[in-house]
Amino acid sequence: MSTQNHWSKNKMIEKVISFFYSGASVNLGIGIPTLVAELLPKELNIFIQSENGVLGVAGRPKKGEESPTLINAGKETISIRKGASFFDSALSFGMIRGGHIDFCVLGGMEVDTNGSLANWMVPGEKITGMGGAMDLVNGAKCVIVVMTHFTKKGSPKLVKKCSLPLTGVGVVNIVVTDLGIFKPENGKFVIVELASGVSVNELSIPSELIKI
Amino acid sequence: MDYSKVFTDAKSAVADIKSNSTLMSGGFGLCGIPENCIDALSEMEIRNLTVISNNIGNSGRGLVKLLISKKIKKAICTYVGGNPDLEKQILSNEIEVELIPQGTFSERIRAAGLGIRGFYTPTGFGTSVADGKEIKIFDKACLLELPLGADFAIIKAEKGDSYGNLWFKETARAFSPLMAMAAKITIVEVEELVEVGEIKPEDVHLPGIFVQRIFLGKNYKNDIEFRKIEE
Repeated sequence: MSTQNHWSKNKMIEKVISFFYSGASVNLGIGIPTLVAELLPKELNIFIQSENGVLGVAGRPKKGEESPTLINAGKETISIRKGASFFDSALSFGMIRGGHIDFCVLGGMEVDTNGSLANWMVPGEKITGMGGAMDLVNGAKCVIVVMTHFTKKGSPKLVKKCSLPLTGVGVVNIVVTDLGIFKPENGKFVIVELASGVSVNELSIPSELIKI
Repeated sequence: MDYSKVFTDAKSAVADIKSNSTLMSGGFGLCGIPENCIDALSEMEIRNLTVISNNIGNSGRGLVKLLISKKIKKAICTYVGGNPDLEKQILSNEIEVELIPQGTFSERIRAAGLGIRGFYTPTGFGTSVADGKEIKIFDKACLLELPLGADFAIIKAEKGDSYGNLWFKETARAFSPLMAMAAKITIVEVEELVEVGEIKPEDVHLPGIFVQRIFLGKNYKNDIEFRKIEE
């Protein structure tokens, strides 16, 4: 399969950022989503929350300014913006569970037409644990999943029904892949946008599950 | 004053932790972990610990020291990614692991410390986390979650006074104040041990009432798990 039309990671993150509005609070999952903090335009007044206890993450620190006690949930060194605050994990998840976080951006292994997400375990093969993902998908106002369209083995990650252990049921609002943007709605994936040059056939989603 | 919370070192502060104890350990990844207590425990002849911690260390560091010396019978945690030693013990059934969503984990610990007998949360509904739990419908379906306490908590703070008032640096706070509240005996190691009164009352992140033992730590590695800098 040719991948020349696929969006790059940075392009996928730009698409994610396009949903944000000034003043929004955003939680970022481990992996690709942390790129949001680095690519966020300065003029967009966003407060990035990291569930280990900081609101106001601002990308990577300058060389020599990294601190072992200033990290994100992926345990990477970070810097903070003006107006940032620190707190304990119970308050952090109170912020999340209490509906105060506008967007959460996280990775996925499978998303289904019902908006259910699987992203924390492959039985017998891989265990990462759910971390804060189950709290985030149930608490954030808008849940955005960003992931490659296909698994390494080549199967589509957008499916009729998740087969892996679930992270949440009916929780995903928007999916951004390297092929396009989709919304799970009423048992179908609504196509919001396709990467230029990508055809519906290339999505490998059965046509009865697609709404254009 | 004939009673003091101040201990001389980690070895004396953790000396009465016995096999089969339930132990909470603060920190997030390798950030804010009680390095001295973990090192002291790793040299003790104890087994069958139940360890409650967000991560069980990583890359041979932190709680991995207790893991590879086979001191841990059960780990209660939220995330095991990037911890090959733990993943290996899980897949070969050498260790029992209970994975809990992180927000539920935090709140269960908080509940144990603050006298809350249970709470309902939508987190985990429709997933394996809900197995065997009471479900109640509010605006959404919610699970009943119960408190999670421990015999001992080992935590690290940047600064503490002899009464046990604590101040944490940046994101090193995480679960530590919650665990301090939830354990019967809380043992704190600090980078800076000061006299009472030196931490301003409005800067106290955790009041000393929750702390039973405190000592001045030493030789901190303060490892960075993933050093990322601006390119």
